Amino acid sequence: MEKVNLITSRTVVLPVENVDTDQIIPARFLKATSKIGLGKNLFADWRFDADGKPKADFILNRPEASGAAILVAGDNFGCGSSREHAPWALHDYGFRAVVSTSIADIFRNNALKNGLIPVVVDRAVHEKLLAAPDAIVTISVEDQTLTLADGTRTSFPIDPFARFCLLNGVDELEFLLAQEPAIAAFEKSRAG
Amino acid sequence: MKPRTMFQKIWEAHLVRPASADTPAILYVDLHLIHEVTSPQAFTWLREKNLKVRRPERTVATMDHSTPTTPRGRDGKIQVLDNAAALQIAALEKNCADFGIELHALGSDGQGIVHVIGPELGLTQPGAIIVCGDSHTSTHGAFGALAFGIGTSEVSHVLATQSLLQQPPKTLAVTIEGTLRPGVTAKDVILAVVARLGIGGGNGHVIEYRGSAIRALSMEERMTVCNMSIEAGARAGMIAPDETTFAYLEGRPRAPKGAAWDKAVAAWRSLPSDPGAAFDREEKFDADKLEPMITYGTNPGMGISIGGPIPAPSNATAEKALAYMGLTGEKKLLGHKIDVVFIGSCTNSRLSDLRAAAGIFKGRKVAEGVRVLVVPGSQAIKKAAEAEGLDRVFREAGADWREAGCSMCIAMNGDQLKPGQYAVSTSNRNFEGRQGAGGRTFLASPVTAAASAITGRITDAREMV
Repeated sequence: MEKVNLITSRTVVLPVENVDTDQIIPARFLKATSKIGLGKNLFADWRFDADGKPKADFILNRPEASGAAILVAGDNFGCGSSREHAPWALHDYGFRAVVSTSIADIFRNNALKNGLIPVVVDRAVHEKLLAAPDAIVTISVEDQTLTLADGTRTSFPIDPFARFCLLNGVDELEFLLAQEPAIAAFEKSRAG
Repeated sequence: MKPRTMFQKIWEAHLVRPASADTPAILYVDLHLIHEVTSPQAFTWLREKNLKVRRPERTVATMDHSTPTTPRGRDGKIQVLDNAAALQIAALEKNCADFGIELHALGSDGQGIVHVIGPELGLTQPGAIIVCGDSHTSTHGAFGALAFGIGTSEVSHVLATQSLLQQPPKTLAVTIEGTLRPGVTAKDVILAVVARLGIGGGNGHVIEYRGSAIRALSMEERMTVCNMSIEAGARAGMIAPDETTFAYLEGRPRAPKGAAWDKAVAAWRSLPSDPGAAFDREEKFDADKLEPMITYGTNPGMGISIGGPIPAPSNATAEKALAYMGLTGEKKLLGHKIDVVFIGSCTNSRLSDLRAAAGIFKGRKVAEGVRVLVVPGSQAIKKAAEAEGLDRVFREAGADWREAGCSMCIAMNGDQLKPGQYAVSTSNRNFEGRQGAGGRTFLASPVTAAASAITGRITDAREMV
């Protein structure tokens, strides 16, 4: 996994609550057997009409959204299914962080394993972000801070182990594989 | 010893290593269920790293999400016409063959929705940790197991190490006392719970459903309840094992036999939460006050009793939901015209669900212009339903009787709504486009779905009995 620490970018604001994984990537795109290239299907039914033409009023289709790496969304982002295709699609599209007042459990776990930082902020900071789309924001994984354009800094929680993995580019699977003796001992203790 | 919850007992019994300040707990997984959609990338990573599956005997695969449910051809085989789905199915076949994993392949006797076949085969057992790359893994908690959905990275972790890194969740007791009134089903119970908690209300928690109304439920009903725990954001839902659980499991192909059975049951009896065990949170419901439920919006938490009015939208998100659904706040849903009825999914595709629906269909006809799909959860259920003539009841009423699979719940297998269509569905999600781009879903019980199929409008099944 690539190391991740500082992310500085303009924000894209999607002020919708409970954005579910069926919106992030509809199920018909889950027939892929690779995780590469899913960004083209990100928010497919919100981005494109039935003929596949971009809907002009959807935020990702506006010129100011181009190149932005931080998505600010409403409460309970990523609810619904366990599909890791959701963070794969967001990351492939170019997002590196999602900011909300809360983020669904499975989505958060999946995001952290793919270099997509789930950032949970309080309502006051969230409202500031919603009110100022296109603001330049800096996120630091090491400091666990989000810094607004006006210099206001807020801290956010992140699982210490996930933070360690992000900062050092450690794949969780490598860590688990190194626990083989403990796993073998556990299996032996149960068999006895 | 401090009283412990069932969750704590199971968690502690599976700790390869407890959580520390720097690392999450390492949990040992007893049963890993896999399917074609969320596993191919995990096998690719195993191959890239030259790894084996650590415990193939603890891994069981089936095909359900992208598989067609259309009738078999003359050769008795299910034809997969969608090229991408065919490739995904072939990939699972190869992965299972290469890594030595038991596969219940498309059309075989053991095939079906992953959360239906686990219990059916007796693989799902009390006290176990069960995971699957699917959020409705919570279903298996009905047996007093800790069962939750994982992502594909975690699928690779379990394949390679039979273990998972997990932060301990909080516990939420959902206590439902009293007696359900006639016509109120397990689906109505869970829709009422999710409506109260809200779609994110259970985030970070494992739910234990308890109380006299839960004890009175059959195993199939308990599975319906636990299945939708994730619709309140809770990764797992569980119900303490009891005589109902043991009676369901005894004699199933993979349940312990003889002396091993007696030993297992004795151990399972120690699983229920100790008296006085503390939960982080509790929500209480009065079973006698519950009504048949239906959803009106675009998430499963947007539910009302079937005769009630649609709530007036309180914010922009609620307005967006009503606009998508083409509905108006403060109006009733009863009598709203529908185009499709879907009876199936890991929530409501078991034999008792089909019997309940057939009870409504018997001697009646589906309303003109309404398409009805009845999709059994597994090949075994299909066979059992046909043995008692349920397929004939459905067909004679004008419904389609299909092969087993996820079907129109996930709409990635050819079964789907057309844009704008309204469906009453016994599945678990009413998200925008969930049942097909532009489709609009009302979630309800099998009897509500069947009654609505007959009238072509949203109908309270109690008026038909």
